[in-house]
Formats: sequence, C-alpha cells, structure tokens
Amino acid sequence: MAEQNALAEHFERTIERDQRIEPRDWMPDAYRKTVLRQVAQHAHSEIIGMQPEGAWITRAPSLRRKAILLAKVQDEAGHGLYLYAAAETLGGDRMELTERLIAGAQKYSSIFNYPTLTFADVGVIGWLVDGAAICNQVPLCRSSYGPYARAMIRICKEESFHQRQGYELLMTMMRGTDAQREMVQDAVNRWWWPSLMMFGPPDAESTHTAQSMAWKIKRHTNDELRQRFVDMTVPQAEALGVTLPDPDLRWNPERGHYDFGEVDWDEFRRVISGDGPCNAERIAVRRAAHEEGAWVREAAAAHAAKRARRAKEAA
Amino acid sequence: MAPQNDTPPRSDMQSQTDTQPDASDNALVALSEEHDEHVRWAFGTGFHDPMAGVDTALPDGVDGNALAAYCLMLGDDALIMSHRLQEWCAHAPELEEEVALANIALDLLGQARLFLTRAGQADGTGRSEDDLAFFRDAGEFRNVRLVEAPRGDFAFAIARLLVFSTWRLALLDRLTASRDPVLAAIAAKGVKEVAYHRDHAALWTVRLGDGTDESHRRMRRALDDVWPYTEELFTAHDIERRMAEEGVGVDPSTLRAEFDAVIGEVLAEATLPRPDADARPGVGGGRDGVHSEELDALLAEMQSVARAHPGATW
Repeated sequence: MAEQNALAEHFERTIERDQRIEPRDWMPDAYRKTVLRQVAQHAHSEIIGMQPEGAWITRAPSLRRKAILLAKVQDEAGHGLYLYAAAETLGGDRMELTERLIAGAQKYSSIFNYPTLTFADVGVIGWLVDGAAICNQVPLCRSSYGPYARAMIRICKEESFHQRQGYELLMTMMRGTDAQREMVQDAVNRWWWPSLMMFGPPDAESTHTAQSMAWKIKRHTNDELRQRFVDMTVPQAEALGVTLPDPDLRWNPERGHYDFGEVDWDEFRRVISGDGPCNAERIAVRRAAHEEGAWVREAAAAHAAKRARRAKEAA
Repeated sequence: MAPQNDTPPRSDMQSQTDTQPDASDNALVALSEEHDEHVRWAFGTGFHDPMAGVDTALPDGVDGNALAAYCLMLGDDALIMSHRLQEWCAHAPELEEEVALANIALDLLGQARLFLTRAGQADGTGRSEDDLAFFRDAGEFRNVRLVEAPRGDFAFAIARLLVFSTWRLALLDRLTASRDPVLAAIAAKGVKEVAYHRDHAALWTVRLGDGTDESHRRMRRALDDVWPYTEELFTAHDIERRMAEEGVGVDPSTLRAEFDAVIGEVLAEATLPRPDADARPGVGGGRDGVHSEELDALLAEMQSVARAHPGATW
C-alpha cells in the first residue's frame, strides 16, 4: 500500500513538472485507458481518413496533383502506423484495435463520414480538415505520454505540408475558371461546419475534458481550440476569396476573437454514433481490406515461422 | 492564446508573430502569404528535378518523332502500372503494405512524368506531361498489355510487380548508357527505385509461395495469369529496335536472359514452379496502340476530371 502510494505520488509529480510518462513507468489504470482510447481513435482516424481523399488519386486532373495526393495519403498510412505503435506501448494490439474499429466498438473522427464530391474537396480537406487537425494536434506534442507526444511531433510536421498543399490547390483553382471557383465555394460550404465539429462537443458537455486536462493528455479545451481555428481561418478565407457559410461570423473587438454561429450538435451526435452519410461505407471498406488481407498476413506469419524453424535446425 | 487585439488578425503569420505562442505551437504555418513562392512545389515524393543541368537538345542524328514514340512507350508503361497500384490505396492487406505500394506507385508516376515531358520536347509539339496523360485516347497509348490488366488480388499484384520490375530494371540499367542524356538521367534515377520494387516483389513472392497452402495456390495461379503477358515485354517494336541501333534506346529482346535468371532464382526460393503458359493469342500489340477494354475504363476514370474542365488550371 505504501509502495502504491509512492508510485502514485511519483506519477503525479511527473505530470506536475511537465515531464513525460514513459511506457515502463507506473501509471493509474484510468490514465492508461484514457490515453490508449485517445491514441487508438487517432490511429483509426488516420486510416479511415485515407478513404475520402484516396478516392480521388486515380482521378486527379494533373500528374503533379496526383503525386502530391498519393504522397499525402501515404503519409496518413504512416501516421496510422506510428500511432498504432504508440498504442502498443500501452498494451493495445493493432489487430485487436482494428477489429474493434470494424466492429463499431471504437470511434474515429466524425469528419471522415462526409463524402468527397468533387476534386475541390481535396483542397478543402487539406485546408480546413488538416488545419483543424493541426490545431488539435500541435498541443499534443506536449502530451504527458511520451510515445504519443513524440509521434505527434513528426505527424504535425507532415500535417502542415498537407494543409499547405490543400490551400495551394484552392488558390490555384480560384485563379482558374468560373466553374472551378464555384467548385471551391461549394466544397467550403459543405466542409466548414463539419470542420468545426472536429474539436468535439462544447466544453460544458465534454465528459473527458477535465480529467484529460488534469493529466495533461489534453492541453486546451475543445472550445478554446475551436476558437483558435476560426480566428486562424477567417483571414485565410478572405485571402482565398471564399465566403464561410455562417451569417453570424464577425470580428468581436471586445473579445479579440471572431464570434461564430452555433454548430449543429444534433448532427454531430448522429454522425459520431454511426448515422452519418458515409459511416457504413467507410467501415465496409476497412473491413473488406482487413478480411481480404487475412490470407496474406497468415502467409507472412507462416513463412516467418518456417524460416525460424529452419534456422534452428541448421544451427 | 489568440491576440487580444482591437482589429482582426491580418493573417495567421501576423498573429503568430505578435503573440509568440508556445514554441511547439509554431508548426501552424502561414498560408495566405506564401502560396506564390511554391507554385511548383511537390512534397513527399522524393522528387527533385533530375533534369537540372542536363542538356535537353536532341542527340545528333536522332529523329525527334521516333524518340518521342519511344518515350511514350516507357512513360505509358510507368503511368498505367502506377494507376493499377494506386487502386490498392485503402485496400492493402496491412498498413506497411499501404505505404510500400503507394511508394512504388509514386516512383513510377515520377518516371512517367519525366518520360512524357521528354516525349513532348522531342516531337517538337511542346505538349506537357498533362496534355499527354489526359488528352490522348486509348489508341494513342503505347504501354505493354501487362500493366493494363485489372487490379486482381494481392498475389496478382505481386506477380505482376515481380515480372514488371525485373524486366524494367534490366531495361533501365541498359538505358543509363543512352546517347540521349535526358533518357540516361531518367534511367539512372529509375534504376535505384525499380531495384527496390523488384526486391519488394521478390520478398513477397517468397513469403506467399512458401507460406500457407492457400497463399501458395494463389501465388501459383497469379503467375499463371501474368505469364501470357511476358512475351510482349521481350518482343521488339520497330521503334525500340531503331532506338537501340542509334544508341538511344534498348532492344527488349536482349533482356530475356537476365529476366529468366532472376525469375528462376526467385521462384526456386519461393517453391513455385515456373509457369509454362505461352503468349495468349490477342495479347500484345500494346506498343502499336492495340489495347484491352480495361484500358478504356482506366482512362475514362483517370481523365474524367481533366476532360470535364478544359482550360482549367490545377
């Protein structure tokens, strides 16, 4: 009991001093569970997030855009890999986590349940969705859990490239034809509100925020990050020449921030609980890849076992 | 964290500079002010201009139209093969393979861009890589038939990649000695890439061949399916023969011995028999623009956005 108290005290002190918790350190079960849930959801989001944009790789209208998009989607697979590796340091198993995802028992970002209807969506996803992801993720580079914080540093560097390529695509399209400008505005109209939902429910309704902030797993509240994203994005929209679809959006000099309208939280809850436009499709694709790949993974394991046996026999 | 200003932040860079947020928050880069400098920028592809400092004038005595036709052959092979690999995105059997297949697709796409650009220079039309990729019809594509066959299962993907990369590595290796400095430079870049592709395919051929009963059966069937396409790879087209005679290109019939030796070694290690299926009647003619319906469908998809917006810039 005394030993248990000493461990708990050491954990608390580490958090207080802004030092990192490492895999072999003692940590409360609830901390382990919370970080694991967060890292697994993030990993799932990277992998599911390959689908909406990946659908446009084969149709990209220039070879340069094709290369950029292919590289971007490849990065997302890489991010998924680092994050599943971080989850494994907490005792999560990639295969089990994947099975929980395709069984609907674990969530991923609600944003990927919206469809990508035109090539402008590729640009808007880079600009708004990756932009929102960066706002969420940059503070996580200081997460109290070491392996997650380190994975986030690398991921954030790549995400900032992703955001730039999206914005650059939109800038180029805005200098193109009228039809292209209309495509961009239409995509902005469809993605703006779902992007604001990416920061999660309002602070008053967020069940995990208080504990996660105390543990320094989370460094800012959902509403703080949402505000930061809006403040960052409005001038970018002006430079781009698009309108953000919110009649209540205006600068508030007293607050020093932009005021903005109310997010449709009912839609958010429905999408997160499986009732969004593409939830079934996203999971079906992931499930098919997983199930159709089973024989390949089994073969790789069987071959590795054969080699190990032969090496042993030869020794 | 946001500035307590009386006026809206002029741009993201401005607000970041004014408030000096946590060092780790600086990854939020300015977007609105930087876009003009990076119009030609592509990231993450390992792509730098391999043509920098390379003389793009045509070598003495080389017919520009013949050289362009030759570049289209090698460019279209890479472009269509890359497309079939892109189709694996979000469908690979494991995440490591998502990364690897995308990487191979990216390398081949990079090669295609260089060959197509050279084709547009060589024939004097000044057509860009995009003009050639998106505004030619199937009958003008010069790729071999192997690359246009539908995606298939993972065993088929590996069998096709093994055959394709073994053949292409032998070809690019010889092309590094081309009298055309542009082709020599593209080949030198491509050799390093395709050597990795061949290794990757060979490793998987061995794993699948010498894995489970099911993987052995699937790999064997995939090789049987791919094999009828191999003869075309080694059948010299007039353009290829002529380019080889002029010291610019490679006669593919000279590559067979190296191909057979490498494939033989891989199949032995993989405990797989060498397929004995001969060329299938009607398979071939890709170099003359004779293709399958599958290429029509592939191009309809690949070219759909570009053709729907003529005059657009991307």
